[in-house]
Amino acid sequence: MSAVLRLTAIETRLFFREPISLIFAVVIPPVLLIVLGLVPGFREPDADLGGLRVIDIYTPLVVAMTITTLALTSLPLLLATYREKGVLRRMRTTPIRPTAMIVAQLLMSTMIALAVMLIVLAIARLGFDVSLPQNLLSYLAAFLLAALAMFAVGLLVASLAPGGASASAIGLVLFFPMLFFAGLWIPRSSMNDVLLTISDLTPLGAAVQSLQDAALGDWPQLLHVAVMLGWAIVAGGLAARFFRWE
Amino acid sequence: MAIIEVNNLVKRYRGHTAVDGVSFTVEQGEIFGILGPNGAGKTTTVECVEGLRPRDGGRVQVCGIDPQNDTGELRQVLGAQLQESELPDKIKVGEAMKLHSSFYRDPADWEELLGALRLSDKVDTQFRRLSGGQKQRLSIALAVLGNPRVAVLDELTTGLDPQARRDAWDLIETIRDRGVTILLVSHFMEEAERLCDRLAVIDSGRVVAIDTPAGLVSKVDDRQRVRFRPSVPLDHAVLTALPEVMTVERAGNQLVVTGRGELLLAVTTVLAHHRVIASDLRVEQASLDDAFVALTGRPLGD
Repeated sequence: MSAVLRLTAIETRLFFREPISLIFAVVIPPVLLIVLGLVPGFREPDADLGGLRVIDIYTPLVVAMTITTLALTSLPLLLATYREKGVLRRMRTTPIRPTAMIVAQLLMSTMIALAVMLIVLAIARLGFDVSLPQNLLSYLAAFLLAALAMFAVGLLVASLAPGGASASAIGLVLFFPMLFFAGLWIPRSSMNDVLLTISDLTPLGAAVQSLQDAALGDWPQLLHVAVMLGWAIVAGGLAARFFRWE
Repeated sequence: MAIIEVNNLVKRYRGHTAVDGVSFTVEQGEIFGILGPNGAGKTTTVECVEGLRPRDGGRVQVCGIDPQNDTGELRQVLGAQLQESELPDKIKVGEAMKLHSSFYRDPADWEELLGALRLSDKVDTQFRRLSGGQKQRLSIALAVLGNPRVAVLDELTTGLDPQARRDAWDLIETIRDRGVTILLVSHFMEEAERLCDRLAVIDSGRVVAIDTPAGLVSKVDDRQRVRFRPSVPLDHAVLTALPEVMTVERAGNQLVVTGRGELLLAVTTVLAHHRVIASDLRVEQASLDDAFVALTGRPLGD
């Protein structure tokens, strides 16, 4: 087995030994979906939403939230803490390149996000009759683009934060505005023009809309694809430039 | 055949020159020490040898490889134990060993290595639950896991209790006996004296002396002192007549004879000739501490 894959396996094992990260990333999104689904009004078709139910709108949001939690809280905290403790530095004395750790973390985060997405979709379908995405390939594409963009932002936070505590703090500060513009408090369909435009330009806003479009059978809109790719390239590029190993 | 060659190594940090033209060679199979006070540039020097830091000037070759131009070959032949570096908190000892084993072309048997380091019963223990001494032993295990030709150990015994320190010294000698060349960084005199075949004394970024521990001491102060309690009164002239003897003094009921060369042999021969028994016999010689003060003008502790 390649060294990177072995490293990914170990890091995944370590992830499951951290109760707090585990709860935030793996337990809270499905629980949130269940809580929302239990609100009776959310299961009624809503004319404002074009006949869709609130729970239908929230499902892609919960999927996006999973990616966001991993990207803005787990990923930066872990990398910054590893840097602080000298774990990354120690890796530089071994034959494996420290970039392998970054790759391992991204692989792990993507797999966990994917697993939680499947759990959320299953609960939505089985518990609340939310239809499965009509265009699965498109949904997957939207998911991967969203992960790419958000993980790039997470890496940027990891590269700029001096230590574990500040990485957590910065991640949290970005977490809520991102989710706001994704429509967690005010659904995108209720936003005025200004808010909607801003939302379209944030990686999560673009992600949620793309997931929604895919659920209804369409491919993501070009604007949103461009927004997510743009964030991925810019944030990723800056992270590569500024990342320190010690 | 020199396994490490360092020539005029220079490293600067923001206008301050941490390493200012350091040169030394390390022969295959020896334990070579880098000794000096904190801030002397020891760690920076070995970091340039390990390839962890780019240098600003000079030449470094480790097993014929320049650490700065290395594409990965160096890591297969050089193992390093860093001063302050850790593993992820919750990784288990066995997991770390197995993972690191997979990085090397020709690793040692990690279970056997853990046994040799008395960590076998800690295979399933998380890193955060190990004691200081156990963490250090694990550090050594990881440094030699890849069957390196050279191991660099940086301040290995700092923070260890005396027993753990002695255990670590025994361990280092065992590793050397396996054929690994060792580059040891220390600021403990006792450690350097006990372990090193040769050492370089570094102060303020420069090499002040390179020699064996005994050689350093004798260059600086080759005087010895023999103390004893004579069984019968002895005429001092008998001792001062010896070419090896410099002075004879009385300290209470003891005689203190100061001199050079084979002083002990000369004194005991004369005493035996005059049928004088020497009780409470003690021999003192200048220590590496004294040598350091003489070479740098201040004690190592500063």
